Amino acid sequence: MAKGKRKVPGLNQSSTADISFILLIFFLVTTSMDVDSGLSRRLPDWDPDAVEQEMKIKERNVMTVQVNKNNEIHVKNGVLNRTIDVSELKDIAKEFIANPDDNINLPIKEDYEIEGYGTVVTTVRHVISLQTDRTTNYEIYFKVQHELSKAYSELRDAWARKTFGKKYEQCDEKTEQPVVRAVYASKISEAEPKQYGTAQ
Amino acid sequence: MSKFRSNGKREMPELNTSSLPDLIFTVLFFFMMVTSMREVEVKVQVKTPTGSSEIEKLERKSLVSHIYIGPPAKQYRATFGSAPQIQLNEHFAEPEAVREFVSAERESMAERDKPLMKMSLKIDQDVQMGIVTDVKQELRKARALNIVYSAGKEKEK
Repeated sequence: MAKGKRKVPGLNQSSTADISFILLIFFLVTTSMDVDSGLSRRLPDWDPDAVEQEMKIKERNVMTVQVNKNNEIHVKNGVLNRTIDVSELKDIAKEFIANPDDNINLPIKEDYEIEGYGTVVTTVRHVISLQTDRTTNYEIYFKVQHELSKAYSELRDAWARKTFGKKYEQCDEKTEQPVVRAVYASKISEAEPKQYGTAQ
Repeated sequence: MSKFRSNGKREMPELNTSSLPDLIFTVLFFFMMVTSMREVEVKVQVKTPTGSSEIEKLERKSLVSHIYIGPPAKQYRATFGSAPQIQLNEHFAEPEAVREFVSAERESMAERDKPLMKMSLKIDQDVQMGIVTDVKQELRKARALNIVYSAGKEKEK
C-alpha cells in the first residue's frame, strides 16, 4: 500500500528536439525549392482558314531569321543578308525594329495612335519572321528567341526612359507599361518548320 | 575588501534547452509552408537552356502546367529508346495527346483562372525543333496560347 500522494515524474523532453530535427530533415530532402522560371511567349491563335494565307508585307518591313539544320543563323533584311553569330543578332534586331536613321530599306515609320497616350512615330508594320528546320537544335532556337526578346526589352527600356524618365519595369503597370508595349510591340512570326534541302 | 572576490569555485550554470524543440518546430513549419511536394516523377532527362535578362520567374504555381520533352531517363531506355519523348503527367505521349491534356488541365482549374493558364515547356536543350513544333501546333489548336520556355538563369560573370 502506497502511503501519501505519489509525485508524477517530469516527462523527459530532451529528445523532442531530435524528433523535430528528423522531421525537419525529412521535409528538407523531399521538397523542392526550385522556382520555375523561363521565357514567356504567346502563341498566335490557331485559325485553320488562315494557315495558308500569304500576308502581303512590303519587303522593307520584313526581317527573316532562319536557323538551319546546321544551327547557323541566317538573317535577311533590307540592309543585310548573311549568316551571323547569335551574339550579333540583338543589335541587328534592334536596328531593324527601331530604324533610328530612317533608312529606306528598313521598316517604315508611321504615326501610330495609342489609346490614352497620343500619337507616336514608330515602325508598326515591322515583322520578324523566324524560320526553323525540323532538325534545328532547340538550344539555338531558344537563344534566338532570347536575343530577340532582349532586343525588344532594351528598346522599350530606352523609350520608357526617354518618355517617362524611368525604366520599363518601373513604369506604372496599368497606364504606362501598355503604352510602352504598344510602341515596340513584339512581332515575331514563326513559320511552319520546313525541311530545307529535301523535297517539300 | 574581499567583497568582490568570490570565494570557492563558481559553477557553470546549465544551459536551458527546453525551448530548443519550439525553435526547431518553427523552422520546420517554415519549410512546410514555403515548399511544395514534387507532384510528378519526371521520366525524361531535361536540361533546360539558360538565358539572362529575359528570364522571368513564374508566379502562382496553380496556373502552370508542365510539358516535358527530352530523351527518356536511363531506366526507361530499354522500353522507349533514346529518342526524345513527350511526357504529360506521368506518361509518355504522342503530340496529339497534348490537346486532351490541356483540356483536362483546364477543367481542373477555377473558372476565373482559366484564361490565365500557362503551359511551361520543359525542353531539353539538345532536342530537335521538330517535336517542339508539333507540340506547339497542338497547343495552338487547344487554345493554350500562353507558353513559357522553361529556362534557368545564367550566373552573372
